[in-house]
Order: sequence, then C-alpha cells, then structure tokens
Amino acid sequence: METIRKALVIIGGGPAGLAAGIAAREAGVTDLVILEREDEAGGILRQCIHNGFGLHRYGEELTGPEYAARDIARAAELGLGIRCGTTVLSVSPERLVTCVSKQEGLQVFEAGAVILAMGCRERPRGALGTPGTRCAGVYTAGAAQKFVNLEGLMPGRRVVILGSGDIGLIMARRMTLQGAKVLACVELMPYSSGLNRNIVQCLQDFDIPLYLSHTVTDIRGRERLEGVTVMEVDEHRRPIPGTETDFACDTLLLSVGLIPENELSRQAGVPLSPVTGGAVVDDRLHTGVPGIFACGNVLHVHDLVDFVSDESFRAGQAAAAFLRGEAPDAPAVEVRDGEGVRGTVPQRLHPDHDVTLMFRPAGVYKNAAVVAESAGVELARKRAMIFTPGEMATLPLKAEKLRGVTAPITVRMEVKENG
Amino acid sequence: MAERVITCINCPMGCRMTVTLNENGEVTGVAGNTCKRGEVYARQEVTAPVRMVTAVVPVRGSAMPLSVKTRSPIPKKDIAACMEALRGLRLTAPIAAGSTVLSDVCGSGVDVIATKTVD
Repeated sequence: METIRKALVIIGGGPAGLAAGIAAREAGVTDLVILEREDEAGGILRQCIHNGFGLHRYGEELTGPEYAARDIARAAELGLGIRCGTTVLSVSPERLVTCVSKQEGLQVFEAGAVILAMGCRERPRGALGTPGTRCAGVYTAGAAQKFVNLEGLMPGRRVVILGSGDIGLIMARRMTLQGAKVLACVELMPYSSGLNRNIVQCLQDFDIPLYLSHTVTDIRGRERLEGVTVMEVDEHRRPIPGTETDFACDTLLLSVGLIPENELSRQAGVPLSPVTGGAVVDDRLHTGVPGIFACGNVLHVHDLVDFVSDESFRAGQAAAAFLRGEAPDAPAVEVRDGEGVRGTVPQRLHPDHDVTLMFRPAGVYKNAAVVAESAGVELARKRAMIFTPGEMATLPLKAEKLRGVTAPITVRMEVKENG
Repeated sequence: MAERVITCINCPMGCRMTVTLNENGEVTGVAGNTCKRGEVYARQEVTAPVRMVTAVVPVRGSAMPLSVKTRSPIPKKDIAACMEALRGLRLTAPIAAGSTVLSDVCGSGVDVIATKTVD
C-alpha cells in the first residue's frame, strides 16, 4: 500500500473543505489535497437548488450550485488538488489518513495537518422510535432532495412531512412544484424551527397545513407506505388519545434535525462535545489532537453557508500557521455555557486576539442581552430584539478586553422582565 | 376597507402585521411591524407579491437534471404557469451556468436561467 506525504489533507469537498483549502493555499500551503467522497465537489450545496445563499458573503442571493461554483472556480484558479470519488476510511491520532478510490485503490496519506470538513447528516427514522412497519417510502428530506434535484426522480406522489426544519419546508415546496401533493407538515414542538420566510413561501403559498404540537404515531404499509397516523401532543410531548388523524400517503419525509458526522473524528481520538456533537476546539479551530482542525457543519450545525465558509477560512489559515510552526502566545482559557446558552464554540480560547463566540440560545428570549464574563468581569455584551434557538447567535470579544484573562469565560443570556 | 394579516419574513421576530386596504385595493395603513423593513414588505406582499422560482428540468444527453431559476422574482400568481412552461422545455447539453433556457416566462419579462453547467 502506498504512503504519500502531504502537508495538509482536508476531508470533505463541500463549502467547508473548499474554503479551508482556498485559505490554506492563500496562506502559502502548496502541498495539500481535498478528499471528496462524491463524484463532484460542492457538498450538500449541489442539491440545494433554491436561492438564498451568499447574502452575507457576496451581498446577493445565489442558489446552492451557484455558491459552490464560485469556490470551485477559485480552487481551480489556485490549482488545488480535489480528489473526488475518494472515501476516507480512517484517520489516526498520528494523522495517517487512509482512503480508497476506484482510480488509486487504497492509499494512506501521512499528513502534517488534517482539517475535518465532513459536514453533517440527517437524523434518520431509527433515531425517532416511531412505531410502524418498515415499508418503502420513508425518506429523510435531504435524501428526497437528492433524488429530485440531482437524479431527476420523484420519490412519491402524496407526501406527509414530519418536522418543520428548513430542509423539510424547502422540500414541501419542491415536491409541490414538481407535481406531488403535500398533505401536511407535522411539527412536534409548539413552534417551527424553520425560517419565517420558508413557512410563508414554502407552506402558506401552497396552502399546505402546518400542524404544530403534533407528531406521527404510526407508519403503515406492507411493501410501500400506505398511510400515517398523526396525533396532537401535550406539553410533555405525549400523544393525546382521541386526536388521531389518518393520512393516506405514499411518502413520509423526515426533517427532524442534523447531526455532525464525526465517525472519523472519533477514530482519530478527537474529543467531542455532547452539546454540539462536534469536536471541542480552540479559537484556531484546533481540536484536542495536535494538528487536527475542524470546521463547518462537522464542528457544529450552522444555519447559513456564509458562516460555514467564514469559519472554514479561519481553519485553513490556522492549519497553515500550525504547519509554519507557530503557536499561540497565551495559554488557553475555557469557555462555558451559562444560563440560556447552549453549545458555545470555541470551547477554549487563547486570549491573544479578537475572538467571536458562536452559540445557540436555549429558548426564545425577547429584548435580551448576551453577556460574556470572566471572574466577575464583563468582557462583552450584545443586545438583540430577539434570540431564538433556530438562529445561531454570535458575540465578538475584543483582544484588549481578553488580554490577561486566565479564569474561565462564561456566556449567558440576560433577560429583562418585559411581560 | 379590508384588512389582511400577514407574517413578516425579514427576521426571526416574525411580526404579525395587519395591513389595511381601501376600496381601490390601496394600502392605507400597516400595524404590528417593529421596523421599517416590515412595512415595506407588507405593502409589497399585499399589493404585488413576487417570488423567485427555482426548479430542475431534464436535459437530453445528461443523466442529471439541470437546475434553473428565474433571473429575478416573478409575480406569485405566475408560479404554476412558470412550472408548466418549464415542463414543456426540451433542452440539450451542453448548457452553461447563467445562460437563458426560457425567455420572458409567462410574459413576466423575466428569463429563466441555468444555475449550473451541464457538459
């Protein structure tokens, strides 16, 4: 088996891997390769044919393929090596990356640095524990999106969607426009985690009912799905007897959350956060294993690709600095979630430059402020009219405030009582 | 006098806005919005709602369909007609991203363009 030395190996050729590669190359790393499992680079953007990508980065609304094409074009300009059709099988703590492809067979890269950019996957039916038969016709929304948008296949004609995340909403519209009948979108929680824009433009525009505080309690069908039962749930999310409604349908799409895809990270011994499902990193996106970095949805699930790109540029620059032998000036300080705050990234930071914290609010907070403090000293504060779990929040910390900080930093929500 | 209640789509606040219209269908007032963007959206949405349309269409000579979009938003009432017009398209590869695949869809003055390249 062939072993190849590489300064930098990037796992994943989606928006995160592309941005990381571009940034590393621009920072002087010439000996790098991006390993991509699919036959083309671009990741999940390839199947996201709707528009709305790039508003922050480019000031215009692009479709997914258009957004990806810009990074792919820049990567080509820089002469980045992107190896498509190449699946990474394992990563070791010593940064040996084993991969396989039709062209090259089994190969091992001995990498100076590794950037994990594998993205996330959808929660499947098995994660829900919904009773019923194991018939065909139950798909994740993203799988259906791939069938329709990349393969030109319709997964079904009469559709119920469980979960009102943005992918589910987008697929409600896509399936309707491509000729299917979407009977209902069913959401367990009393609110949708999807954008208002998508509720209006993907459901209301097509008169698709949204059932809040409802869930699917039965899945029926011998070979193919024949119908589902939907029930209302109480405040403890338990189905309320007597509220059963049956829908005759041949397709059930699941849009019930995303999970960072960290199988390879685990093999490499990268410590993971139980809150984000991704690696524990410092402000350089450096994981707990020296020379292994993580960025994008494999680190924590983002709402916008623009922020994935931004984070991944920083990971590429940080990997380049690591390869030059540069180390942070100050020891790392721990960053903790306080009240009303979940999944703050990074989980530790070197207080030697400006750092932006990212996190999800634990609930809906109106007219609130997010505060970072260390040993009783306030480091930063940001007010907003609204914080919601559906929108990742950020809090910038200034270098001059961070200088000399050694005690753990806590990020918490401060709510003014306003009825 | 007529009233319409709509949800603002500009931010997560999702303000519920009540728009008042006179007999001629002109907007006489917007209430319930928190910022100016809400009012602008409300006026547009009740008088002349527009939407971007994106879709996939088959291409002869390619295993994968082609993704397309309207170059700019079209009237909401034309969405179905736009999809019908796209269903009638007979395209052949190669097609470059950004090229027009259907001009002036439904008389909206807006072209439908390819959003990826099919070789």
